[in-house]
Amino acid sequence: MVWDALTLQLGYNATLVTLGAALLGMAAGATGTFLFLGKRALVSDAISHATLPGVALAFVAMVALGGDGRALPGLLAGSALSAAVGLLCVSALTNRTRLSEDAAIGAVLSVFFGFGIVLLTVIQSMSSGRQAGLESFLLGSTAGMLRQDAVVIASGGAIVLLLVAALRRPMTMVAFDRVFAASLGVNVPRVELAMMGLALAITVVGLKVVGLILIVALLIIPAVAARFWTDRVGRVVILAGVIGGLSGYAGAAFSATAPALPTGPIIVLVSFALFTLSLFAAPNRGVLAAVLKHQRFRARVHERQGLLALAQGQPIYEGLTLRLMQRRGLIRADGVATELGQAQAAQALRDERRWQVLRSNPAYEEAAASYDGLTPLDDVLTPDQLGALDRELRPKGVS
Amino acid sequence: MMGEEFVVLSLAPMLIGIFAAVACAIPGNFLLLRRQALIGDAISHVVLPGIVVAFLVTGVVSAWPMMLGAGGASLVAVGLIEAIRRLGGIEPGAAMGVVFTAMFAGGVLLLEQSDTSSVHLDVEHALYGNLESLIWLDAQGWASLWDIGALRGLPPELSRMALTLVLVIALTWVFWRPLKLSTFDEGFARTMGLPVSLIGLGLVVVAAIAAVAAFDAVGSIIVIAMFICPPAAARMVTNGLEAQVAWSVGFAVVSAVLGYVLAGYGPLWLGFDDAVSAAGMIATVSGAILGLAAAFGPCSHRSGASASAS
Repeated sequence: MVWDALTLQLGYNATLVTLGAALLGMAAGATGTFLFLGKRALVSDAISHATLPGVALAFVAMVALGGDGRALPGLLAGSALSAAVGLLCVSALTNRTRLSEDAAIGAVLSVFFGFGIVLLTVIQSMSSGRQAGLESFLLGSTAGMLRQDAVVIASGGAIVLLLVAALRRPMTMVAFDRVFAASLGVNVPRVELAMMGLALAITVVGLKVVGLILIVALLIIPAVAARFWTDRVGRVVILAGVIGGLSGYAGAAFSATAPALPTGPIIVLVSFALFTLSLFAAPNRGVLAAVLKHQRFRARVHERQGLLALAQGQPIYEGLTLRLMQRRGLIRADGVATELGQAQAAQALRDERRWQVLRSNPAYEEAAASYDGLTPLDDVLTPDQLGALDRELRPKGVS
Repeated sequence: MMGEEFVVLSLAPMLIGIFAAVACAIPGNFLLLRRQALIGDAISHVVLPGIVVAFLVTGVVSAWPMMLGAGGASLVAVGLIEAIRRLGGIEPGAAMGVVFTAMFAGGVLLLEQSDTSSVHLDVEHALYGNLESLIWLDAQGWASLWDIGALRGLPPELSRMALTLVLVIALTWVFWRPLKLSTFDEGFARTMGLPVSLIGLGLVVVAAIAAVAAFDAVGSIIVIAMFICPPAAARMVTNGLEAQVAWSVGFAVVSAVLGYVLAGYGPLWLGFDDAVSAAGMIATVSGAILGLAAAFGPCSHRSGASASAS
């Protein structure tokens, strides 16, 4: 069943929804990257909660005009309008008053959401308009989605993706350094407006699939996950798109297999699983890589200390040091140094003496900064410098 | 409107609303000044999985296991946010966004998977609360306030919320000076030998207690709104911390009372039959107050100079 869903064998409608969710996830991941890099990830939380009154008002307006209250394009237009008003309120509260941005976000999201729920209870008491299913905008639902709904979502996602690709350069500059971007002649307010506009578009398009409480996850989580794998902005954007797309695809497919698997939460949990994988497994920035790096560093410190002890004829008691040196063939099981061990110990001691001289000589100030008790001096100095250093070392060694 | 019917139907929910609003607004002042205003948002999302797990473990809908579950979930969330921030070098806002959305999604999935349809445990209840249904059936009128037997019939949420409010006020009172110092000048507070990070953690814990207690009775929207809106509005009115806390308590009370009345009686005045969501209306009123304060408050601008001074 799951395999059928993943290979798009569950019928035409489910296939359409799965592809639409994948496109939406890709667009959300790519757009969210710019919000995340610009440290404005939580603005999307305010945007998404601010869509609720718009959905409700659009429903009321469409019913009042005698239409079907649940027509998706109308509901999306209403949600876009109220989300835009919410965004304006956030920026007005941030710029015109002493409130910080996070307080403005919190105020807007709670008040708009509260007002939306007031409107929802008004709608519940209306007798006409077939309001059932309006609650699915809270948590998303693809069950009973019509073909044209899926087409609206897929094409919306595709358009946003294209716009992100077109605007990626100015958005990158503004996300990293507004002042620098402005000095290069970028129209910063307009680019920020475009960035927010794209986030708003993603939120509105994603309402039906993921729901307004969880859409913020699709904007944040893939971007944060992608950041672990690479330091290059272009690659972060692409990877975030891939992670978002995978989450949308797999999440929608899983949720199509059983009625008790709500679409939005499943998509979010898939993306969180990918995030967890990235947190642990990513090279360089991942937790596993950091642990391995630390282990290697510790082994080098222990080995170096062991060699220095050997060279100075001191006994070694520390368990880890003994194990490491035995494994490398530097000492025998009874703790006596092998030939290789003696050679390396002598080298380590000479290196340590050289470092001592080097660090006491102000002429080598720059090289001395890289002293960590581990780096072989040959890596730091040129052969000529080494020779000069050894000449300094010799008289002391003789006396 | 102030007769017997009021005592039965509206007195208890209104008091619960007021207590919840004030209990959230007081710690909200400090969270706002410390730029941690969105912690209320995060807490109110992550308590859902805690409550669901508590229900699945105990099999009953009762207050204490759920409060414990919610508290545990908040602690897990704080730990996860901190771990992701440290391990991954991720900025706090994004780390918070990752954790609270994922935990909320997990909670919703657990709800859908388990058979909770027989009890009033569902997502909408978690969001809206059920303020309107907390009525005092045993009341016979105002005289019942002096009748022990009738008082026993009060909804248990009322005493829980009152207890929480007393706890919040007492803790704020006792720790006022260290709280104030560490909020305004962390460096100075540290040189005075105050355990700054412990005070910060304590504040978050108190906020979580208030949020969890309020969540059960009034839903999560009020919690988020009351953490932020009354303190933010108060901040526009005054520059002093004492005055700000006092104003925020006033705004919280006004929001709760006016919101409840508008939700319950407003539609009737307009000629409709049904009441609207009280929780939503309280949040809306608090937003209106914030809007007014932002427009006309004497201290709404960043410089702190009086804008209306002539």
